[in-house]
Amino acid sequence: MRRDLINSALSIVVFTLILGLAYPLVTTGVSQVVFPSKADGSRVELDGKVVGSRLIGQDFRKPVLRPNGKPKLDADGNPILEPDPQYFQSRPSVTGYSGNVTFFNNLGPNSKDLADMFKENLDAYLALERPHNPGLGRGDVPPDAVQTTASGVDPHISQANARIQARRIADVRGLSLGRVLDLVDDNTDKRSLGFLGEPGVNVLELNLALDREVPREQARR
Amino acid sequence: MTAQGWLQIAFYLVVLTVLTPLLGGYMARVYQNERVFLTPVLAPLERLTYRFIRVDPTRMQDWKAYAKTTVVFSALFWLVLYVILRTQGIHPFNPDGFDSGTWDVSFNTVSSFISNTNWQYYGGETTLSYFSQMAGLAVQNFVSAAVGMAVLAAVIRGFASHGAKELGNFWQDLVRTLLYILLPLSFIGALILVSQGVVQTLDGSLGLTTLIGGDQTLAFGPTASQIAIKQLGTNGGGFFNVNSAFPFENATALSNFVEVLFILLIPAALTSTFGRMVGNRRQGWALYAAMAAMMVAGVVVAYAAEQNGSPAQKAAQVATASADGTTGGNLEGKEQRFGIANSALWTTVTTDASNGSVNAAQDSYTGVGGTVPLVNMMTGEVIFGGVGSGLYGMLLMVLLAVFIAGLMVGRTPEYLGKKVQAREVKLVLIGTLYVPLAVLVFTALAVATRYGAPSIYNPGPQGFSETLYAYTSQGNNNGSAFAGYTGFVQPNAPGNVGAFGITFADLVGGVSMLFSRFVPLIAALAVAGSLATKRVVPTGPGTFRTDTPTFVVLLVAVIVIVAALTFVPALLLGPIVQGLTNALF
Repeated sequence: MRRDLINSALSIVVFTLILGLAYPLVTTGVSQVVFPSKADGSRVELDGKVVGSRLIGQDFRKPVLRPNGKPKLDADGNPILEPDPQYFQSRPSVTGYSGNVTFFNNLGPNSKDLADMFKENLDAYLALERPHNPGLGRGDVPPDAVQTTASGVDPHISQANARIQARRIADVRGLSLGRVLDLVDDNTDKRSLGFLGEPGVNVLELNLALDREVPREQARR
Repeated sequence: MTAQGWLQIAFYLVVLTVLTPLLGGYMARVYQNERVFLTPVLAPLERLTYRFIRVDPTRMQDWKAYAKTTVVFSALFWLVLYVILRTQGIHPFNPDGFDSGTWDVSFNTVSSFISNTNWQYYGGETTLSYFSQMAGLAVQNFVSAAVGMAVLAAVIRGFASHGAKELGNFWQDLVRTLLYILLPLSFIGALILVSQGVVQTLDGSLGLTTLIGGDQTLAFGPTASQIAIKQLGTNGGGFFNVNSAFPFENATALSNFVEVLFILLIPAALTSTFGRMVGNRRQGWALYAAMAAMMVAGVVVAYAAEQNGSPAQKAAQVATASADGTTGGNLEGKEQRFGIANSALWTTVTTDASNGSVNAAQDSYTGVGGTVPLVNMMTGEVIFGGVGSGLYGMLLMVLLAVFIAGLMVGRTPEYLGKKVQAREVKLVLIGTLYVPLAVLVFTALAVATRYGAPSIYNPGPQGFSETLYAYTSQGNNNGSAFAGYTGFVQPNAPGNVGAFGITFADLVGGVSMLFSRFVPLIAALAVAGSLATKRVVPTGPGTFRTDTPTFVVLLVAVIVIVAALTFVPALLLGPIVQGLTNALF
């Protein structure tokens, strides 16, 4: 017993040094040399300032303004948001697209609250896109557009979702639909190795590309 | 369901099957103290370690000595980890200035990591400093896994022994597991993950202005190094609260493939290690076949169920069909880059092995899709199972199957030429029945008293499913969760004014994890100790073969029947009710 205790105590010191400090620090050092930008979070810069990470989805909704220019607030005092029509919209998130506080939605598959949330999201999506997609029906909307993500910051939307939104972007930005669809293609992350996973359109990079193509109308904001 | 989806699942199985004998052979040489290609590099470090911790690796231990050393070592480590978490505030590498943990959540977290469960009541990125993650939890990711593998090596030696009662030396098995198996694989895995975008840095979080002018804060950390061992050691505790759904923890479909492969890599390969060490590789393949068959069945059911969509989705008329440019299916709580097939595969695999990490929100799975992980865990974590613990659990099931076969044909049961007698069968029953009993008792306690109520998130049958899932997961040292059930209220949860632990859930869960780890562990060692001294009877025409398809079928049947007899009533009250109805609650 005493011998076991001494061995254990000494081994805890050794293991903590090797596994707890040396291993992560060496891995950090090697990663920082071999894959510096990826190890630091694949940051995206605009005019020399970090505006996000290509792996972390962002909110492309803007506050609804009152006539006096102040944001409208909901009952809890939070600003009410609406999609900015100039941008492709990310998938819905329950975490407010937080990059540091993450949690799941956790509503069960038979939850009435969940069904209500889907209905609300679907109605909002149709209200935004139908003017630009005549005849767009409920069944035409891909599920990723109305169901929340696991991480809260899914950087991708499905290609079907992007193609629907592309018509709005073309109308609002005065671009041809073909050009917008080309940009969608350019900013689609293909399947890994050609067959793993699902293709996804990277919303942040696509919107950055749009801004390079046609500078956004600052006046409207 | 798409051909693309099935292709990915088939590819996974092929890669796993090919790697099983390769890694399995390597590990057999490690445990038989033979020379491997890493020996020139690692042998000096190995000798230095023995000298520093003052052990003589040639001193052999019988099963009692081996078990005692395992328990003393784990108990002392429990204490150290508890002190680390409770004094977090004064440690370095704490760029976000987190306070020390509360006693109840810390008790749960420490028990969780010592028992290789990695159940998460804590929120990683909101409560734990980099020091706690690296020097505390990441060390346990390695050590608790290595303890399971060391014990398995000892158990296998007992099964293979020709009369000697010694099972090996705990320290030697532990150190060799860490240095020769877990460290090199983790290091390679971590670098592959970083190449895909998983972060690995000591920088604190970064506040920024988004493209449209909003605020976003990005949390970083030494993530890849921890994720590699979290997957490899069937640990599952993530760096971020949403685990491998978070892009910084699982960036692409390729990183996802590597992570999901790492979950089963060692548990699968250990079947081959077993076959080699007992001198009959077909015995190892028979166990692999039984495990793989049960796994495939789970994947098929989960994939079909998730593709079919949820009742809530149908009520809201959300499309479920796959079409050009969309996977369709139930994408609530799933990530676009993984889609339905990879989420279903992960959920099945993570609960087959006692890993418990997630790449999608389990609480949002359909009734049937959510039953798969639950049933997987209820088999007692023997479908590959935890590293080490899965196979010694499976060997107990094998003895049970052999015993039942013996009763049916009226012969003394034998396994690997050794007679299975009253003493072994009693120990097997303790080892296999303790866990289900604990799961049912703790679940009943949680739903029948008022103490369980604050932990439940959803009303109705989903709330019961959450509770059953929580105690099944902790009781089987899995750690996956219907995350709605909680023992810790997040500091920033909606409508919450401050973080606090839920003492009942923390304590019952923690006790459950510790006992479920060490009761079967000691039972398996005792069985091995008992078998070690038995004479090997030569194979004859009357021997019941245990390396044939017939035996594989019998083994699967025994596992399924034991689980069904124990858990069907409880399953009926939760997930099965939900799966049978489109009603909303």
